Amino acid sequence: MNAILALAIFGIINLFLGFLENRKLLISSTIIFILIAIGFNIADWNHEFVWFNNMLRTNNLSLNFSNIILIAGLLVVGISRHFGEDKEHTHPAEYYAIMLFSLAGAIMMTNFENLIMLFIGLEVLSVSMYVLTGSEKRSFRSNEAALKYFLMGAFATGILLFGITLIYGATSSFNIHTIGNEILTKGVYMGSMVFVGISLLLIGLLFKVSIAPFHFWTPDVYEGAPTIFTTFMSTVVKTAGFAAIYRITTISFDSNYRYWWAFFIILTVLTLLISNITAVYQKSFKRMMAYSSISHAAYLLIPIIAKTPHSASAVLFYSLAYTFATISAFGVMMLVSEANMKDGKPDEEFSIFNGLGKKNPLLAFCLAISMLSLAGIPLTAGFWGKFFVFSNATERHIVWLLIYAVLMSAVGIYYYFKPIINAYMKEGNEQTIEIPMLYKVVLIFCAIATLVLGILPDLVKSIF
Amino acid sequence: MLTLLIILLPLISGAIIWLIKGNSSKQLALLSSLVTFLLGAYIVWKFAPNTESQFAINYSWITSANINFSLGIDGISILLVLLTTLVVPLIILSTFDKKIENQSLFYGLILMMQSALLGVFTAKDVFLFYFFFEVALIPIYFIASIWGGENRIKVTFKFFVYTVFGSLFMLLALVYLYFQTPGTHSANIVDLYNLNLSANQQTFIFWAIFLAFAIKMPLFPFHSWQPDTYVESPSAGTMLLSGIMLKMGTYGLLRILLPTVPLAVQQWGNIAIILSIIGIIYGSIIAIQQSDIKRLIAYSSFAHVGLMAAGIFSLTISGIQGSLIQMLAHGINVVGLFFVAEIILRRTGTHDLDKLGAITKNTPNLTVYFIVIMLGSVALPLANGFVGEFLLLKGVYEYNIWAGAVAGLTIILGAIYMLRLVQKSMFGNGNSTTESFTDLTFSEKATLLPIALLVIVLGIAPNILLKLTEPAVNQLLTIINK
Repeated sequence: MNAILALAIFGIINLFLGFLENRKLLISSTIIFILIAIGFNIADWNHEFVWFNNMLRTNNLSLNFSNIILIAGLLVVGISRHFGEDKEHTHPAEYYAIMLFSLAGAIMMTNFENLIMLFIGLEVLSVSMYVLTGSEKRSFRSNEAALKYFLMGAFATGILLFGITLIYGATSSFNIHTIGNEILTKGVYMGSMVFVGISLLLIGLLFKVSIAPFHFWTPDVYEGAPTIFTTFMSTVVKTAGFAAIYRITTISFDSNYRYWWAFFIILTVLTLLISNITAVYQKSFKRMMAYSSISHAAYLLIPIIAKTPHSASAVLFYSLAYTFATISAFGVMMLVSEANMKDGKPDEEFSIFNGLGKKNPLLAFCLAISMLSLAGIPLTAGFWGKFFVFSNATERHIVWLLIYAVLMSAVGIYYYFKPIINAYMKEGNEQTIEIPMLYKVVLIFCAIATLVLGILPDLVKSIF
Repeated sequence: MLTLLIILLPLISGAIIWLIKGNSSKQLALLSSLVTFLLGAYIVWKFAPNTESQFAINYSWITSANINFSLGIDGISILLVLLTTLVVPLIILSTFDKKIENQSLFYGLILMMQSALLGVFTAKDVFLFYFFFEVALIPIYFIASIWGGENRIKVTFKFFVYTVFGSLFMLLALVYLYFQTPGTHSANIVDLYNLNLSANQQTFIFWAIFLAFAIKMPLFPFHSWQPDTYVESPSAGTMLLSGIMLKMGTYGLLRILLPTVPLAVQQWGNIAIILSIIGIIYGSIIAIQQSDIKRLIAYSSFAHVGLMAAGIFSLTISGIQGSLIQMLAHGINVVGLFFVAEIILRRTGTHDLDKLGAITKNTPNLTVYFIVIMLGSVALPLANGFVGEFLLLKGVYEYNIWAGAVAGLTIILGAIYMLRLVQKSMFGNGNSTTESFTDLTFSEKATLLPIALLVIVLGIAPNILLKLTEPAVNQLLTIINK
């Protein structure tokens, strides 16, 4: 798990690099640091390692999750150029350092072997996110969002911790494999303590991935946070959260499947309904993306509910497709909304995309591809994401949930097509938006990756 | 290899045309589609009339799930491959006189559409089929909603959501079928034919898949997207939609629905036939009352596809043979009709029959072509529509005399609205809009002439085509009746 160490150390180095007051240097150093971390992960490939006195355990599955997280971090850094160029943010180095720290926390969540590490990883990630959400110091919206996120997050953490203690009380262990064995062998004698513990622990995690009814913070926080950190939040935090949920449910709570299965199904039904219906009525693109991220959380929960041998690979593929699409959607939005100021602030409504296809074909194309992918239309990675999710559920014969999810994804098409219609079929702004070099690379990479995975899903499916 | 080539060639040339953004997009697109047509013609010529799947290729696509990129052409696909490769050059040629904004994207999308359509008609793996089936929707959505008429955004969006909604249920059914296959599971279409499903399972799968194809064709009562979309699309888009895309639905019935769930087809097929026949009568009656040319043709197309579906669900050899030959004939005729409508629009700026008349005075040429295509469409003997319609009616008649009798009304009703169309536009009293009607240009003649020739040639010698499909249809019926 050298990646965690490396990221922590690199974060500190980044803080010192801040003295040079050179943004370009910071961006390139951060990118190199993340690449090195990916390199460490690749070096561990195909081995099962136990780290730090059995606190962490890495295998190919956890490495895949952490690589998706690192790639998301890398792409977000690539489009971060515009953030903090004004006088308000005199210390951009801090933000890059915090991003690296939070990545380290996220990676811990993918390969914890001990519930304490889950808690620490989650906290490292969350505290970093609270800070980043409030990083637009003079914006009321950003401050409000940070406070809201912090208060709600603190409650969720408390609940998670309470869950861990109850599980410890029932099984007298923090080790997830030992817990799994204890529950398997003596589960029936443990009484309600272990069930309450499992519920509370899962609620804490579901809060982080914004499953309804624990989703209320999401729209406000996503909207209030600077867009670059919204992107970070909706990709890195979500993937890390699902890695943790998958790990804990398959290793520790495997024998309680019948118990949390019902719990998850109810939440999925609820989440799909709330997110998709609410997203239809949004005027702000950013808020729509917040509800979209809630609905994708529900789709990601389906393979975990199905619990087949192919669940992990479905979750991985879906996360990857979702990551590419989300980053490119927010990336396009950031550029376009900065070019369309309204009352001195970037405008985030759908109408900013009007006429994008004429003057800025590249931006419009990337936006269209990412929206198609989020909607799950073939030729994009998002289709295969949904395909693997649905086929998982079919394998487990949860057909009713599936029909419901399909109906909801048809609703999704409605709001994902709004920006496409605005960009290609409506007249609007005639200005040409200049795209910085690195930004362009990230956008094109996301679009091409989405298309290539849409045509040849086996490229990554064979690794997962 | 040839099968892969006819899919890749339009795709790659479409992408190149779109990316280089040259002024000669039209010519390049025409060239590409003509080469594809030559390949298609070569395939038809080399095609041996037996039950084998020919020109087959097979690559592993998703190894872990045993899903393959496998293509092949058999007796059921061959006519549709021919239709797609034949009609696309005509569609491209029909746009030659029109000034199109952002034309590189327009022609790029048409070619990509062709590629996806050929994929649908040659796929041998259900998920590959579904993949192409959905991908075909994206180019046509953009063609219709960027270059379409005033209400295009709303109308095409409805079309898109409606059809995706239907296909999602088909996807569920296909995934379910896939997991019913024994062992490591297989997505090969032929393996789905051999499943032992209970009557109950078959019923659910039947309705899920039927919904997708019924929306796509469309059958009554799933047709509400169709007339508006046909009217609002640019004429090239309408031709693609009605000429080829509609056949994805009828082809899907033959390829997937009938052989996979034969019990349910026998049980519920009567409802499908009733819906189809309602569509025939309903579409024809509305067509008779239309004064908008494009809307009239749209409803006529709706009526025709109803007859094709009725023939397919009759489960008789003549019904299915008739539907196959009719898919080809209808594809050619409807493209011709929409092109005539487009020519009239270009010269007079209107589609309103009440404002037209006496066009024949200035352009006897157009009238001749129009009448030939019209005769094909009303199924006059020795025109291409006759063979298909006759076989279809024979099939429906064998299934049930009363159904055959009601469906037979299509011949009379069809003659009424088509003759009315020709009469009100070409003959009668002229007015100021039609006085200055100019003669056909070279590219317009070049489009209409092959269509008119095909109407006559296929009407006189349908046996060339019937022979190609017969063994495959016989095999299909043995699978259904086993």
